[in-house]
Amino acid sequence: MTEQQSNLIEARNVSMSFSESRLALSEITCSVKTGEFVSLLGPSGCGKSTLLRLFAGLISPTAGHLAVAGMAPEDARRTRCRVAFVFQESHLLPWRTVAENIRLPLELRAVARAEHEKLIRNSLRLIGLNEDDARKPPSSLSGGMRMRVSLARALVTDPELLLLDEPFAALDDVLRQQLNEDLVQIWLRRHWTGLFVTHNVAEAVFLSQRILVMSRRPGRIIAEIVIPFPYPRSPELRADPDFARLCGDLSRRLREAAQ
Amino acid sequence: MILKRIQSWLINEVVPPVVLFAIVVAIWQWCVVAYRLKPYLLPSPLAVGQAIYNDASLLGRAVVYTGSAALCGFFASLVIGTLIAFVFAQSRRIRSSGYPYFIFLQTVPIVAIAPLIVRWCGNGFQSVVLVAFILSLFPILANGTQGLLEIDPNLLDLFRMNNASRWQTLIKLRFPSAVPGLLAGARTSSGLAVVGAIVGEFFVGYGSKRFGLGYLINTTNDQLQIDRLFAAVLTSTLFGIAIFGLVNLISVTILRRWYDGPVEDQK
Repeated sequence: MTEQQSNLIEARNVSMSFSESRLALSEITCSVKTGEFVSLLGPSGCGKSTLLRLFAGLISPTAGHLAVAGMAPEDARRTRCRVAFVFQESHLLPWRTVAENIRLPLELRAVARAEHEKLIRNSLRLIGLNEDDARKPPSSLSGGMRMRVSLARALVTDPELLLLDEPFAALDDVLRQQLNEDLVQIWLRRHWTGLFVTHNVAEAVFLSQRILVMSRRPGRIIAEIVIPFPYPRSPELRADPDFARLCGDLSRRLREAAQ
Repeated sequence: MILKRIQSWLINEVVPPVVLFAIVVAIWQWCVVAYRLKPYLLPSPLAVGQAIYNDASLLGRAVVYTGSAALCGFFASLVIGTLIAFVFAQSRRIRSSGYPYFIFLQTVPIVAIAPLIVRWCGNGFQSVVLVAFILSLFPILANGTQGLLEIDPNLLDLFRMNNASRWQTLIKLRFPSAVPGLLAGARTSSGLAVVGAIVGEFFVGYGSKRFGLGYLINTTNDQLQIDRLFAAVLTSTLFGIAIFGLVNLISVTILRRWYDGPVEDQK
C-alpha cells in the first residue's frame, strides 16, 4: 500500500453552497494518500456526499482548491486517473444482464472488445458472483447481490481511486458486515485508493486506516482519527474491546457534532 | 400450469364480457321485434349478422385497405415521432420552439385541414395515411420526449464518471430509458391511427378504386343500408381492438423481458 506516499486527492479550504443562504461545506481541508483507505464519517445531511461528488468532479466548489492526481478532478478523471464511483443504491440498468451491466464502463471507456470477457470474469470472481448470476437480469437479484454487481461494475476498470457513497446503507447488518469484510479483502488485493462515505461508526472503523469526522451542516472536518488495527481485518475484530472503545469514542464525537 | 392459467384467464377475463355481449344482443333483438322498430333506425342483430355474412369479402378487403393505411401511419408516427423526440431532447430551446406546432397538429380538426391535404396529396391512400399519421404522432412524440429527458440523475452521473460522450449517453442510457414511455405512447397512437385512417377516408379517401371501412360507413349510411352500416361499424371496432391488443401484447412482452415489468397495470 505504501509504494508512494504522495497525496492522490486533496482539498484546501473548499466551501460549497447550493444557494446564497445555505452553506453545505465550510473550509474543508483534507487529503488522502495514494493507496490509503479513508472514511468520511458524519451525521446525515452534513455534506459528506457533496464532498465525495466534488472529488468525483461531478460538481464544482464555490470556493477553495481541489485536486485529484494534481489536477482538477474532472480533468484528472478524463485524462490521468481512473476513478470509479459507487452509489448509495445499486443503480443497475434493468435492460442489461448482470454481465452486461459490468461491461458498461468498458464500453463507455472504449476498452478493446477482446479484453472484456476476461475483465468481467475477474471482476465477478473478485466480488463473489458466479457465471450463472452473470446471465440474470438485475430484477431477479436480492439487494445485497445488486450491490455486489454495482461494486463489480466499479471495479471492472481497475480504478486507481474508488469513491463510495454509503453503498451499504440500505442493507441489513449481516449483509453489511459481509460486504465490509469483502471490501477490505478486495482493497488489499487491488491497492486502489478509497474514500468511503458513511454514517455508520462500526463500518468506518472496520474498513479504514483513517477516519475524517465531519460536523453537521455546514460540514467541517472536526476530527481526524487514525485506526490502529492491522490488516487483514477479520470479523473477530468487531468483538475486540479496543474496537468497541474506539466506536464508543467516535459515536460520542458524532453526537456532539450533530448538536 | 399453463393450461390452468389459460383456464383461469378464460373464466375471469373472457367469459364475463362474452356473457354481457350475449345479454345485450338478446335484449336488442327482443326490442326490435317487440316494438317493431324500423330497420332504417335500428336493424335487428340477426340482420346485422346476415349483412356481415353477405359482405364478408367486401369487409375483409376494406379491413385490409384501412388496416394498411393505419399501419403505415402508425409506423410513420413511431419512427418520425421518435426521431423528433431525439431532437427535442437535445435542448430546451429546440423543445420550446417546436412544441407549439405539434400541439397545433394535435388540436387542429382534421376536417379543417382535409381540403389542404387533398390539394397537396390528392385523394386516396397516401392522404389517408397522412391523416392517420397526423392523428397518431403526438402521443409518441410527447411520451418519447418525456422519457428521454426523465432519466435517473444517478445514472447520468454513472455515465459521466465513465467519461461517456453525449452520443453514448443517448444510445446506451436515454433511448433504453425512454422505451417504456415510447411504448405507452405507441399504445395510444395505435388506436388513434385506426381512427385516423377511418376518419381520413371520410374526407380524403375518395377517388380511388379501392376503398376501406370509412368509405363503407359513409356510403351505406347515405344509402340507408343501416344493417350494412352496423356491419361496417362493428368490423371497425373489432379491428381497432385487435390492433390495440396486438400493440399492447408486444409492449407488455418487451417490458417483461427487458424492464422491471409494465409501467402501469395492464388492466
